[in-house]
Amino acid sequence: MAVADLTTERRLSIPTGIPTGVLLAITGYFAGVWLGNEFGLFDDQNTGIILGYVFATAGFLIGMGFLNHPLGRLLGWRLDPLGEADIEVGLGRYFRLSLDHKVIGIQYLVTILTMLFFGGVGAMVIRTSLLSPTPTIVPAGNYLSVVGLHSVMMIFITSAAIVGPFGNYLVPLMIGSRRMAFPRLEALSFWLVPPAAVILGAATFWGGFPTGWTGYAPLSEQAGQGMDSYIVGFILIGLALITSGVNMLATIIALRAPGLTWARLPIFVWGILCTSILGLLAAPVLAAALVMLALDRSAQTSFFLASNGGSNYLWENLFWFFGHPEVYIFILPAFGIVMELAAHFARRPLFGYRVGVVGLFGVTLLSWFVWQHHLFVSGIAPVLRPFYMLSTELISVPTGFIFLVVLGTLWRSRVWLTVPMLFCLGFLFNFLIGGITGVYLSDVPTDVTLHGSYFSMAHFHYTIMGGEIFAFAAAIYYWFPRMTGKMLNQTLGRIHFWWMFIAFNSTFFPLLIAGLLDMPRRVSAYNPGLQFLNQWVTFSAYLLFSSMILFAANIIYSWFIQPVPAVANPWRARSLEWQIPTPVPARNFERVPLILAGPYDYGLPNAKPVADLRGLVGATGGS
Amino acid sequence: MTALAIPVFTGVVVLVLYSAIFFRRRAGEPLYDGPPVYGGARLQLTWIVVSFVLVLVLALLGITTLVSSQAAQAVGASGRAIGSGSETGSPIKETNNELQVQVIAQQWYFTYRFPDYGGVETTHLELPVGVPVEFHVTSLDIIHSWWAYELGVKADANPGVDNQFHATPQRTGSFTVRCAELCGIWHGEMADTEGRVVSGSDFNSWIKQQQATFAEIGKSLPSYAPSYFPEPLTKGT
Ligand SMILES: [Cu+2]
Ligand SMILES: [Cu+2]
Repeated sequence: MAVADLTTERRLSIPTGIPTGVLLAITGYFAGVWLGNEFGLFDDQNTGIILGYVFATAGFLIGMGFLNHPLGRLLGWRLDPLGEADIEVGLGRYFRLSLDHKVIGIQYLVTILTMLFFGGVGAMVIRTSLLSPTPTIVPAGNYLSVVGLHSVMMIFITSAAIVGPFGNYLVPLMIGSRRMAFPRLEALSFWLVPPAAVILGAATFWGGFPTGWTGYAPLSEQAGQGMDSYIVGFILIGLALITSGVNMLATIIALRAPGLTWARLPIFVWGILCTSILGLLAAPVLAAALVMLALDRSAQTSFFLASNGGSNYLWENLFWFFGHPEVYIFILPAFGIVMELAAHFARRPLFGYRVGVVGLFGVTLLSWFVWQHHLFVSGIAPVLRPFYMLSTELISVPTGFIFLVVLGTLWRSRVWLTVPMLFCLGFLFNFLIGGITGVYLSDVPTDVTLHGSYFSMAHFHYTIMGGEIFAFAAAIYYWFPRMTGKMLNQTLGRIHFWWMFIAFNSTFFPLLIAGLLDMPRRVSAYNPGLQFLNQWVTFSAYLLFSSMILFAANIIYSWFIQPVPAVANPWRARSLEWQIPTPVPARNFERVPLILAGPYDYGLPNAKPVADLRGLVGATGGS
Repeated sequence: MTALAIPVFTGVVVLVLYSAIFFRRRAGEPLYDGPPVYGGARLQLTWIVVSFVLVLVLALLGITTLVSSQAAQAVGASGRAIGSGSETGSPIKETNNELQVQVIAQQWYFTYRFPDYGGVETTHLELPVGVPVEFHVTSLDIIHSWWAYELGVKADANPGVDNQFHATPQRTGSFTVRCAELCGIWHGEMADTEGRVVSGSDFNSWIKQQQATFAEIGKSLPSYAPSYFPEPLTKGT
C-alpha cells in the first residue's frame, strides 16, 4: 500500500485496553443499576444488578476495543492495524485485545490457572468446615455460598480448560494454518471469561447464592441478589462456548492445509471438533433458561413458579439438556489429549484411529439423549426411565472405544514414561472409576440410594478432576515447551504426579463410601458417625491442594525464575505442531505447508515426513 | 452389577499397569519406535461386540428390576421404591387398601398427613410393619427430596406436584429421614432420626395420640388436598 494513502484516509484511533475497559465497565454498571432501580418492577434491586452486570460487560468489551473494527468499517475509516500478529511484540500484547491465536492461548492458560486457584481455595474452605459434623467452623450460610462459588467457578474453568489454552494455541499449528477462522470471535471468547469470573466473584458482596451450580428453581428465585451473578456470569460463559464452538468448527473444516485429509487429522483436533459441536448446540439452551430465570427474578414472569402456573420441571429439563452435554464438553478434549499422547509416547501408530474417532462422535451424539437420568427421582415421566437408563449406559460403549485405542496403542510398544504420560495413565485409572460409578448412578434401582448423595458428588469429581484436570496437567507438561519455549522441571513433575494421584484418590474414594452411608451432598451438617471419614477426606484434600501448589510453583519456577530453554522438539514427536522452530514464528508457517503423511506414522521404514514446510511445489507461496 | 464392574475394572487396570511396567522404555535406552500396527480388525470387533453386549445385559437387568419393583410396589410387596410421578397412581387408587401418607416438605422440615385418619398432620413418621403404604410427596415452597435410607426410598418434593410411590416396610425398627435435594441454608439439618416402623397396634395407639395432640392445630390447617398451592415466594431473602 502506498504511503500517500495513509495520510489521506481518516484513522480511527481510540485508546483502548484494560484501563479503558475497566473504566467503561464501572460506568456501565452504575448506569445499569440506576436504570433498573428507576424502572424495575420490584424494589429488590435484581433488575438493576442484572442490567448493571450486562452493561458493565458491554462497557468492558467496548473499552477493550471490540467495537473499533466494526465501527471503523461502518464509517469507512482506516483502522489501526489492531492485533496483527507480525507487529505484536513484547509483554504488553498479553494485556491487550490480541488477534494472535498464540497470544490468546497463553492468555487463556494464565486466566484458567488463576481461576483454578480461587476455586481450589473454595474447596479447602468447604473441607475445613466439614471437619465438624455441625456448621461451627464456617457458618451454614457462608458454607452454602462457598459451595456455590466453588462449583460454578470450577464449571467455568473446566468448560474452557482444554479448548481455551490448547485448542486456541494448537489447532492452527496442528492443521497448518496461520490463524483461526474468526480471530475477533476467538478474542471475544477469551475476553468474556474474565468478566464472567469477576461477576461471579461479585456474588460475595450480596451473600453468595444458595443453589450450587445447578441453580434449581424455585430456590434460585427465592435467593438473594447473589443469584444475579450466577445468571449473568453463566450466560457469558455460554456465549464464550458458542463463539469458540463456531470458530473451532469453521477453522477445522475450512483452514486445513492442503494434504491434511480427515484421516490425517490429529485425534486431539477431532476431540476439539466434537467438543465444539456440543458447546455450540448446548450453550444456547442454557442461555435461554438463564434469561427466563432472569425474567422471573426481575420482570415478574413465572416460568418456574408452580404457584403462578409455571413448573420447576421446566428448569430441570432445560438445565440438564445443557448440563449433560456440558460434562462431555469437559471430557472429550481430555480423551483427545490422552489418545494423542499415547501415540507419541508409545511411538507407534494410534491403534484403531477410526474407532477412536467413531467413539468421540458416538459420545457426542448419545449425550443429547440422556439428560433425564438426573431426574429419576423427580417424579417426572416415570415411563421414560427405562429409555434414559438404556441410553445412559449405551454411552459406555463409545467411551470404551477410547480405552481400546489407548490400551491397544500401549500394548507391546516401548512406552516412554514421561511426566505427561504418567498423567495420562492416571487419567485412565481415575476415569475408569468415574465411569463405573456412573453406571451405578444410571441404574434406576440403585440410583434411589445414590442420587443426590456424596456418591454422585465423588463420581463427577472422579470424571472431572481425576479425568479432565489430569489430562489438563498432561497437556501442560507436554505442550509447555511448545507454548513458552521453556521445559517444565521433570523431577518436580514426577513428584507432582504421584503426590496428586495419591491425594486425589485418598480424597474422593472415601467420599464414594460416604454417599453409600447416607450422606447427602451440599450439607454443612451431617451424621456424626461419619466424622472420622470426613476428617480423613479433609486432610487428603489439603494434600491434594498442596500438590496443586507444587504444580503452580513448578510452572512459575520453570517459566520465570530458572527457565531452561527447550529444544525445538523435546519429545521427538512426529506431529506438525512440533516441526516448526521454537519460539513459534509470528505467522506460524513461512508458507502454507503441504501435508504428506499422518501424524502417527512411527516405525514405518519408509515413512514420509509429516509435512513439506516449503509449501506446494511450484505454488507462489502463501498469501 | 458389581459382579460385572469388578472384572472390567481389574482387567483394564492390569492392562494399563502391565503395559506401563513391561513395555516401558528403560533409562538410557534409545528411543525405539513401536511396531507400525494400525490396529487389528478382529480385536477391535471383539471389543466392540463384548462392550455392547455387557451394556445391554446391564441395562436389561436394570429395566427388569425397575419394572418388577414397580409391579411389586403396585401390590405393595416391595420395600424399595422411588418417586414415580402422579400417573402411575391412578390404576392403584381404585382398589386401594393402602395406607395413605402425604409427605409435605418445606424449608426445613417434613410433616406428614394421614387422610385416612381425618387428615391429621404429624411432625414425625411412624408406619405399621407389613402394611402397603401409598406415599404422596409434595412441597410448599421449593424442591426437596424425601429420603428414608433404611426404607430404601427417595422421592423429590416439588411444589404443586403430587409425586407418588408405594412401599411396604418389611421390619420394625427406626429410620432416618433426610433431605436429598439442596434447599437452602439448613438443607443439611433437614433430617429426622425419629422415624419408626412399629407393629399395627402400636401404630394405632400412636396415631390416636397424634390426633389428640394436634387436634387444635389441625383446625387451622387447610383441608387435605393432593398438593397445596404455596404463597408466592418472597424474593430477596
Ligand atoms: Cu448427566
Ligand atoms: Cu434439602
